[in-house]
Amino acid sequence: MSTTTPGAPTPGAPAPGAPAPFVPIRPKVTFADAVTDTLVITRRNLLRNVRLPQLLLFATVQPVMFLLLFNYVFGGAIGQTIPPVAGGKYINWLMPGLLIQISTFGASQTALGLTEDLQKGVIDRFRSLPMARSAVLAGRTLGDLLRNAGVISLMLVVGFAIGFRYQTSFPEFLAGVGLGLLFAYALSWMMATLGLLVRTPEAAQSAAFLPIFPLVFASSVFLPTQTMPAWLRTFADHQPITVITNALRGLMLGQGALLPGQTVAGQVLVSLAWITGITVVFSVLAVRTYRRAVS
Amino acid sequence: MRTTPADAVVSVSDVVMSFGAVRALDGVSLEVEPGIVYGLLGPNGAGKTTLIRVLATLLRPSAGRAEVAGIDVLADPEAARARIGLAGQFAAVDEYLTGRENVEMVGRLYGLGRRDARTRAADILERIGLAEAAGRQVKTYSGGMRRRLDLAASLVGRPQVMFLDEPTTGIDPRSRMDVWEMVEDLVADGTTVLLTTQYLEEADRLAARIGVIDHGRIISEGTADELKNTFGGDVLELAVDEADRDAAVAVLRRLTGEDPALDRTGTSMRVPARDGAQTLVEAVLALNDASIAPRDIALHRPTLDDVFLALTGEPATSPPAADADAVDEGDAGEGDAGGAGHATSASAGTDRSTR
Repeated sequence: MSTTTPGAPTPGAPAPGAPAPFVPIRPKVTFADAVTDTLVITRRNLLRNVRLPQLLLFATVQPVMFLLLFNYVFGGAIGQTIPPVAGGKYINWLMPGLLIQISTFGASQTALGLTEDLQKGVIDRFRSLPMARSAVLAGRTLGDLLRNAGVISLMLVVGFAIGFRYQTSFPEFLAGVGLGLLFAYALSWMMATLGLLVRTPEAAQSAAFLPIFPLVFASSVFLPTQTMPAWLRTFADHQPITVITNALRGLMLGQGALLPGQTVAGQVLVSLAWITGITVVFSVLAVRTYRRAVS
Repeated sequence: MRTTPADAVVSVSDVVMSFGAVRALDGVSLEVEPGIVYGLLGPNGAGKTTLIRVLATLLRPSAGRAEVAGIDVLADPEAARARIGLAGQFAAVDEYLTGRENVEMVGRLYGLGRRDARTRAADILERIGLAEAAGRQVKTYSGGMRRRLDLAASLVGRPQVMFLDEPTTGIDPRSRMDVWEMVEDLVADGTTVLLTTQYLEEADRLAARIGVIDHGRIISEGTADELKNTFGGDVLELAVDEADRDAAVAVLRRLTGEDPALDRTGTSMRVPARDGAQTLVEAVLALNDASIAPRDIALHRPTLDDVFLALTGEPATSPPAADADAVDEGDAGEGDAGGAGHATSASAGTDRSTR
């Protein structure tokens, strides 16, 4: 008994009772398919951010709160110690650093989202579909990049409203924002690897912040590193978050924001090297872990 | 009606899956002919899910061969995925998407264009009675609705072979009926379905062929009727005082021509009741004539437990019993060998205890 459904292949006359020969929709996954799949997954992940109120809150209120708190609580005291290039306003010094801090915190969402998908069996479903293998991770990191771009835009709007002004040119300022986003994208791959390794949202939450906190606080994000003890300063000056923050400050405030001997171009180059390195290493690790994590 | 590997749509041979020291699959072989529901029946931990995961290209077995629609799933998983659908044990749907968005997304990932995905999603949601809820976010759905949506999502690709892993575990009876109807519609449309279940009733209702799986092996296979005949249909259960035990065993043996199987307490026994209620009445009368007062007497339909008891000498859910017990009951089974249909249980029981 074969009832023919509309659109189903109905060639030649098969023996009565035999189903029509099966023709797969997508026998081979092409590169174009991979792009489509990535966009489908990206859209799905973005919708999640828009529709889950707690995520929207986390994504928007928390960064703005950080911005306001740091500026108004610490700004007065810290304002005296920052380089003159900031024009005596802590917000000018703080803004590039906070963009990096928020990008870094936000990257933990990549780990969380992936572990939730793993736990709910969504990854299993994806892996059983004739879709591009790469699309799950590519769509996840791309979605998180776009989310980050939204959060950063919001922070900049609030920042400008409370007095932030870049001291360089608009293109340089934009280059700084772009560099921050690239860094966030690189971290997303690191967090994807971490999420796939720990596999549960609870573990991902704590595991993500284990590296994040020391890296963000032992850096130039909030304050110049000069007052730190020598051993800590050595670490702080060379770790990627400081390098990227310095590059952003150089691009937004000018040469005066950097330590003697550093140039803006130099910091940007070192930043790009870190970004490339992190992306390459962790995308390879993430893909490899993805293949194994689901087995 | 057995099939040769040539026309089987799912073909598994000697698949072994080890996780460290644990052998989740211990040499599974089975063939599923096109256009039927094949039911894989077994308790938790029997290896059902592992086998489904191997066939759905989610797991690479340690050894063995698995083909779906004539494609070696290990050699060409991509081609296999273009022909299968999977609905796992938990509804893998996105809560914050609407029902329609969920189905459309899976359609797109099967390779459908935007418009096709939309048309097919609308069509399927209509057919399974979720058209009205289609615009709502899934977080407002009941457990049964989610499960149906999950199934619908896999159907949007019109797969040739559908794998359903315990499709009705943990949902209400009404939704269970709905899912059963969906499965029947699927098969009517020419899809081959391999489903796993813990419920004999479910396999009975849906499956044209049933494979009983335990400890990673297929321990018996056949149609529902064949299995039922093998495992004796109705079972008469009798409990007596210890003093009456031997007399009661004699009465039941005379009545049914079979040796009653004693349970571990030694005072409860079970024997196939060929004529159902009539056997019960006869047993009551015969016991009365012999002046034996039953502590309890009952007739019951075979359950999964009975199947397992008969096949393995162990209840389905209990941990493996002491070997001595298994041998005892295997021997008891051997005694039945003259009785029709019990050869399977005897050989399976012996096989198990000597392994």
